[in-house]
Amino acid sequence: MDDRAWIATRKGLFELRRRSASWVVEKSHFLGEPVSMLLPPDASGRMLAALNLGHFGVKLHASDDAGASWQELAAPAYPEQPADATGPAWKLVQIWSLEERGGTVWAGTIPGGLFRSADRGASWQLVTTLWNRPERGEWFGGGYDAPGIHSICPHPGNERELLLGISCGGVWVTRDDGASWSLQADGMRASYMPPEQAGDPNVQDPHAIVRSKADPSVLWAQHHNGIFRSTDNAASWHEIAGAPLSSFGFAVATDPNDAGCAWFVPGVADDRRVPVGAALAVNRTRDGGRSFETFRAGLPQADCYDLVYRHGLAVDAGGTKLLMASTTGNCWASDDAGESWREVAGHLPPVYAVRFG
Amino acid sequence: MARLVFTQQLRRFTATPEIEAPSATLREALDAAFRVNPRLRGYVLDDQGHLRPNVVAFIDGRRSRDRIAQSDPLGPDSRVHVMQALSGG
Repeated sequence: MDDRAWIATRKGLFELRRRSASWVVEKSHFLGEPVSMLLPPDASGRMLAALNLGHFGVKLHASDDAGASWQELAAPAYPEQPADATGPAWKLVQIWSLEERGGTVWAGTIPGGLFRSADRGASWQLVTTLWNRPERGEWFGGGYDAPGIHSICPHPGNERELLLGISCGGVWVTRDDGASWSLQADGMRASYMPPEQAGDPNVQDPHAIVRSKADPSVLWAQHHNGIFRSTDNAASWHEIAGAPLSSFGFAVATDPNDAGCAWFVPGVADDRRVPVGAALAVNRTRDGGRSFETFRAGLPQADCYDLVYRHGLAVDAGGTKLLMASTTGNCWASDDAGESWREVAGHLPPVYAVRFG
Repeated sequence: MARLVFTQQLRRFTATPEIEAPSATLREALDAAFRVNPRLRGYVLDDQGHLRPNVVAFIDGRRSRDRIAQSDPLGPDSRVHVMQALSGG
């Protein structure tokens, strides 16, 4: 559904509708509560919203009527922590990603556990085949105290395949419905590590990963240290050099109809997470990263310190409508594949996620 | 009988029964409330059954000490208030 979108924020979930060729904030849900992620409605109207109540923990709510009414469900929960367990506490900190594929709902969390639900979110099981991997002990937090799964990329051609992006734990892939996992971040580079560990796939910090619908073997990653792309279904990654302004950022989106087309929202660098020159811009490539165009029309070009976080940029199924929202609470829309933008809202709470549907 | 009262802030999210129960410890009193509303447990305790970091229990005006097992003893007429710590912005 391309005439509806959702914005998850620190103080509620906001429903956008397309009215007379522009987007309007039509309704709020859970006003005042932090909503860390949502799963947009499916054809039946079923949707999920993950809350992160500051005092009272992570909560999960479901709607069967596209947000008209909500019911609380049992949130994913970690099993009893063994006395000799090392690493982060086995306690749910945040639901950071939600995806549905073939009747299974997947939830990626901080502190790094993947959960699955076979009953549309009513009950959850920790995927122990990943949680029990010894490599998990080497993961570490990126922006949060504990590591987390922020990107879940199903494969449209294989219901048993799933790719995860983990900050900081690289890229993990299953091709047997979670029975086994492989670490597939070869080619990524971590300059925040000692030089001899920079190429270690298990310490990579992909800020966000998206899979191309047009060619599922193509994956785009906005990484802590730059932009990376895979054209062989994560068997290898290669760095895309030459993005204008900066290759630092969090968000990435790819055109569902063109695997060579992707958008990025550059920031200065990891130690200065603001737009270059205090002027917001969007970079787009249409040739797989060989060249980029930079677009600024409609975006603030002075005194702008907005950061578009990892889930803050979305593209519709047609590949021409985009929505982008910042941790400063601004939201912009484009109807021409990112070439020009219009402000949708200027006073939202800090934005965690934007999704069409 | 110990009496257990929850902060009004929790009532926005789930039912918070006022409990009067013969409880020897804070945990026993909490469990009595959780039996009335099982969903309340996840708001007060985390995955491992520990008191959530920003939840505070006062027993007869004194902050509870055992945040792991909630073994703090209750007297026969203790009053327990489960509150939220202040934070925000």
